[in-house]
Amino acid sequence: MLKIDNLTAEIDGKTILNGLTLDINAGEIHAIMGPNGAGKSTLAYVLGGRPGYEVTGGSVSFQGKDLLDLEPHERAALGLFLGFQYPVEIPGVSNVQFLRESLNSQRKARGEDPLSGGEFLKLAKEKAALLRMDMEMLKRQVNVGFSGGEKKRAEMVQMGILDPKFAVLDETDSGLDIDALRIVGDGINSIMRKPDRAVLLITHYQRLLEYVKPDYVHVLANGRIVKTGGAGLAHQLESEGYETVVQEEAA
Amino acid sequence: MTELATLPTTREEDWRYSDGAYLAAADPAAIRQWRTLDVPAGDTHGESFTFLEDTSGTERLRVSVGAGGTFSCFAAIASGRYRRLELEVTLAEGAHFEFGGVTVGGGDAVQEFVTRVIHAEPHGTSNQVVRAVQWGKSTGNFLGRIEVVRDAQKTDAAQNFRALLLEKGAAANTKPELEIFADDVKCAHGAAIGALDDSAAFYMAARGLPPEVARRLLVQAFIGDAFAAMADDEAREAMLGHVLEKLGDAV
Repeated sequence: MLKIDNLTAEIDGKTILNGLTLDINAGEIHAIMGPNGAGKSTLAYVLGGRPGYEVTGGSVSFQGKDLLDLEPHERAALGLFLGFQYPVEIPGVSNVQFLRESLNSQRKARGEDPLSGGEFLKLAKEKAALLRMDMEMLKRQVNVGFSGGEKKRAEMVQMGILDPKFAVLDETDSGLDIDALRIVGDGINSIMRKPDRAVLLITHYQRLLEYVKPDYVHVLANGRIVKTGGAGLAHQLESEGYETVVQEEAA
Repeated sequence: MTELATLPTTREEDWRYSDGAYLAAADPAAIRQWRTLDVPAGDTHGESFTFLEDTSGTERLRVSVGAGGTFSCFAAIASGRYRRLELEVTLAEGAHFEFGGVTVGGGDAVQEFVTRVIHAEPHGTSNQVVRAVQWGKSTGNFLGRIEVVRDAQKTDAAQNFRALLLEKGAAANTKPELEIFADDVKCAHGAAIGALDDSAAFYMAARGLPPEVARRLLVQAFIGDAFAAMADDEAREAMLGHVLEKLGDAV
């Protein structure tokens, strides 16, 4: 589904990704862990196409298409979802309006009919319930006045509504209390744990992986993947720390 | 020499951001002309201005609002090389003035609102909200003067201006002027000039919104405040519609 080959990228002339290679097949959940500054968020932004993140080498193909050749909104229409570490507030625009316009823009790009207001609200209600979010919150302005945890939960409601093929979730677990973590974990499983979907979880901690069991865990350090393992690797990282594991690999 | 016989120049404070070339060629009698309006005590009167046709021009309206009366004015300047709307409103005891104005334009347009609100008696209230959306080399201006005479205690006056510059080269000017001779009053003013929020734009793109759709949503949210006090939903939608249509001209 997603094939990243020898990807290099820089911000303001500083190399952050340095030959990153990663294959993700449909039906798989991958987790990327790594110390601060390893390039985790950069990877998410490069995949999403954020301006300012310059790809200097390598390739990324998504569902057989050259992902890097597409505008950010085209990537979304193709089925890529980027869950933000810091979801952005949009004053004056309600979640309902934002998401309905987003979904219908994606549908239009794919040659599908737009959803009517009624159809959209039904869908939104269903997905909000899945994440135990009050429908009233969806009528409020996008992320304005939401707590950190509410923003992350709202991201997952967005994901449920937009129904992507592949999601990159950048530290979706940060800022969540234990109950919210479980709800978000269950949400990810029910929305994305399907044979034709895939997920890349970017996280610092092992705790989200208790709820969303990854098929593969990768360690990112200095802009490349230095170690890959199964779910057990996350436990090893948690107990031994990145430094030990990364050094072991270098030795 | 009477005021009527002379043309204003940009050396005059109230005309300092105007289009000098337009003023030089204008008809002095026409440009100095005031239309007058009396709102009787206890009455409510509304005016709205929508400048869409591609001609330059200035308009001056002098309003006297009787005790307990309300004068509301909503205006959209969306065309013309030079467009100016000037309001002078005198409020009697307990009278209210509500103003919402939007300028939207590109090219080398100069679009401005100039208001002078005179709180002549106690307990008057006024609220002015102006939004400017400019691109190209256009300019949006708001010169707002609030005068509170010595006896006009318990006056509550507010004025807020925000400008959104979609391109480098566009400009906005604002000059709040408060002349307060009473000692028990509330006068608030605020002004901010900025560009579209890049992080919001990327966030919206990542959800599948094409740039022009995202921009329309952001601008709609931005100007919404100016028309929020309009009681007539249909009129408000129509006015918003005109402004957003104009936005289609922006690159």
